[in-house]
Amino acid sequence: MKKVIVVGNGMVSYKFCEKLREKASADEFKITVYGEELIPAYDRVHLSEYFSSESTDLLLMAPADWYQEHAIDLKTGQLVTSINRDQKTITTHTGISDQYDYLILATGSRPLVPPITGSDKKGVFVYRTIEDLDQIIDYGRKVKRGAILGGGLLGLEAGKALMDLGLKTQVIEFSHRLMPRQLDNAASKMLQQKIEDLGIEVYLNKNTTSINGNGKLTSLGFSDGTSLNTDMLVISCGIISRDELAESAGLEKGKRGGFKVNSQLQTNDPRIFAIGEAASYEDMVYGLVAPGYDMADVVVKNLLAEKSFFRGADMSTKLKLIGIDVASFGDALGETPNCVPISFEDKNAGVFKRINLSPDKKKLIGGILVGDAEQYGMLLQITQNEMAIPPNPEDLILGSRGGEPGGNAILDLPDSAQICSCENVTKGDITNTIKEKALTDLKEVRACTKAGTGCGACSPMVGDLFSATLKSMGHTVRKTLCAHFDFTRQELYSLIKVKEIKSYEQLLNQYGTGDGCETCKPAVASLLASIWNDTILKQDTIQDTNDRFLANIQKGGSYSVVPRVPGGEITPDKLIAIGSIAKKYDLYTKITGGQRIDMFGAKINDLPKIWRELIDAGFESGHAYGKALRTVKSCVGSSWCRYGLHDSVSFAIEIENRYKGLRSPHKLKGAVSGCRRECAEAQCKDFGLIATEAGYNLYVCGNGGANPQHAKLLAGDIDEKTAIKYIDRFLMFYIRTAEPLNRTSVWLNKLEGGIDYLKDVVVNDSLAIGEELEKDMQALIAAYHCEWHRAVNDENMMKKFRHFANSDDSDPTQDFVPMREMKKPAEWGITK
Amino acid sequence: MTEELIYQSVSPENVNEWFMACEESEFPENGGLCISFQGLQIAVFNFSRRQEWYATQNLCPHKKQMILSRGMIGSDGDEPKVACPFHKKTFSLKSGENLNGNECALATYPVKVEQGKVYVGIR
Repeated sequence: MKKVIVVGNGMVSYKFCEKLREKASADEFKITVYGEELIPAYDRVHLSEYFSSESTDLLLMAPADWYQEHAIDLKTGQLVTSINRDQKTITTHTGISDQYDYLILATGSRPLVPPITGSDKKGVFVYRTIEDLDQIIDYGRKVKRGAILGGGLLGLEAGKALMDLGLKTQVIEFSHRLMPRQLDNAASKMLQQKIEDLGIEVYLNKNTTSINGNGKLTSLGFSDGTSLNTDMLVISCGIISRDELAESAGLEKGKRGGFKVNSQLQTNDPRIFAIGEAASYEDMVYGLVAPGYDMADVVVKNLLAEKSFFRGADMSTKLKLIGIDVASFGDALGETPNCVPISFEDKNAGVFKRINLSPDKKKLIGGILVGDAEQYGMLLQITQNEMAIPPNPEDLILGSRGGEPGGNAILDLPDSAQICSCENVTKGDITNTIKEKALTDLKEVRACTKAGTGCGACSPMVGDLFSATLKSMGHTVRKTLCAHFDFTRQELYSLIKVKEIKSYEQLLNQYGTGDGCETCKPAVASLLASIWNDTILKQDTIQDTNDRFLANIQKGGSYSVVPRVPGGEITPDKLIAIGSIAKKYDLYTKITGGQRIDMFGAKINDLPKIWRELIDAGFESGHAYGKALRTVKSCVGSSWCRYGLHDSVSFAIEIENRYKGLRSPHKLKGAVSGCRRECAEAQCKDFGLIATEAGYNLYVCGNGGANPQHAKLLAGDIDEKTAIKYIDRFLMFYIRTAEPLNRTSVWLNKLEGGIDYLKDVVVNDSLAIGEELEKDMQALIAAYHCEWHRAVNDENMMKKFRHFANSDDSDPTQDFVPMREMKKPAEWGITK
Repeated sequence: MTEELIYQSVSPENVNEWFMACEESEFPENGGLCISFQGLQIAVFNFSRRQEWYATQNLCPHKKQMILSRGMIGSDGDEPKVACPFHKKTFSLKSGENLNGNECALATYPVKVEQGKVYVGIR
């Protein structure tokens, strides 16, 4: 076991611990962290949020017990004051001494306080720690205005803080523009205008030379002889590495401070590493969190003997400053010789955008966005991946104005494109995780990939990637189920599947609110059946009444019974059985549109008896009561018909038996026609096959009903095996992605890309889910059971088929009247 | 006499008799059963998720069907409700009011469960 001591407990230190613990247990590495501050590591990037919430908990990188849970010994309020490299020990200001095998210096930085006379006056603050913030808040409550020294990133962040305190805010910048390192003159002006619109005063070209006041600050003096009256000052004009330990320990420093490190982030003592703002790599100190996280990663890998190197970092950044989006990436200022800038300025909307093209105008090398930074993620990707740019490069910032879209959709990015630079997460990492884990919630994507959990700049891009990936899986509109579930059907499908949820109650408890309703209960029941294909009567009270009693309720409260007649083929014996059973129980019989026989007017108490007899005669449930496969209709086919090309009846029977019991968002009907005369009407079915000389044409997404729609050709001249493969995929894709109670036609109409997209998915397997869909279908087929067989053999289930709980009587109000030698229910509302 | 007149709500304080409907164990979770009582049909619901019991007339006032005990129960905000299987008219289990239309309210009855037996309060 090796012992690692981390000096400092800031964001980068935390990240180091997290990454090391992910890869190595406490048996391999014992970790002790010494933090100077009293509270554990917090998110300094979003420090200004403390002004509105004043809650440290919200800012914590992880609660205090996280360290304990991960076997990390965190010692807060302990400032490490010396290192003894020979003994490999550190000592803290309270005299604690501790031994290390590896020492990680993550001491961070402190604010740069320029040598201005009077900086020790009351009312002068720095902006770095929560303690600083507490003092600023305390003092700020007693005064009316406050100045910020520094108009850079940090300064403007601090400006937001003062504004949130309700102070009149004054920003003082030494340079002639705000954010001089990130923005050009025009961008800076736009930012300034927007900031001034918010009531913040901006003073440029001001070299502060004195802080005046009698004990407490009352005004600032500048080198140009002017002065500014103010009540407090927050100094926020830069950082200096906390490298105090260097000298006494004999560690080398960089030219501008910081522990000098090599590309493995080792100091001149190979057992001592430095990361984050404390490190100086090639005389550069990186004041952003992303490079710090990179460094943490590199050190973790090196400790585990996986060679890894830090090669500098991109300083591209996107921030919301005082509510204004500002982004700067690559060569933002256009310092590359002969580069070609394109800029766009809209003073009305307060938007400035600039991109810089390479001298040959073929690549994007950097740019600036103010007021609207939505394209930041995409532009950064194009820059970093040297992606092709559209023929009219201005489309990149202006959007395509007519004609074909400019391309560069998020899914066009290479899988290697880095989306989250803080956590080094690539596009491929994100899309693969979404697909593999069937993620349906952006929060889960963040949790699983860590993308967007650092500075948050990539959050919109992660969100876009999430939607685009889901969209590519067929998901289009987010339509939540009902008030009890803030999820779409597709999302619930994935949740149920991934979390292996087997009951409605379990789903409601974990992902829903309230007590459910008649919308979500049957929808979830359908999902559970579509995923697990378990006996639906196990959860009978979440089923619609038809499913609950495995029969179709009709006027008057009686039920109708439809046994399965696959392909419409039925033996005389079975016809006789149906006839005698119908006669015995006084049922009205009718041939249905799906080539089977419906028996109406059954009393609920008689249903089990009727089914016992039907089963004895060799019948199975026809699922006429379910949102499930109904029938596969057939013409008589080549066995008898002089025109028939193939044996449509046999194929229809095979298909109907294959998918019987399959529950779906809505009912499913199929058909097989033996020739192009199409007697089975396959083109108005959810899936229909029409025989051709060479095989079959497969049509999908047609239906009759209220809005008739012709089915569309999915594949032509395919053999039976291929047809089944495509139908498997098609049906599972529909079951996965449709909204509740959408027939396949409606689903297709909503599916972006329509039938071409569907062809791509089913035939070309463009999403590479074909095999998975087939496997899912196979599992459902294997789990098939006749619900009525189960029901009549289960005493407890049989008990449910009664009208009264306290009597064996049938409903005495149920009434029938004669009609053409049979019967029909009495009209609505006429009860005995 | 019309059905609506026969079915009249009973408030807990007006109960003259607690009629033993059936065993608690016979009830499904979060579902109902129909009880026959002197020619009346009363739907009794075991709202186990809320640990509450309700009883209403079994007759849906919309199309005059004896069906409500087979309805799905749930909540609308906090209001417990039952949906008629025929046309999904929903009624408050507490007040009997029609929640998604202008149908007549259902008559409601108090329910109590003692020693595994379910009783409906009648006048």
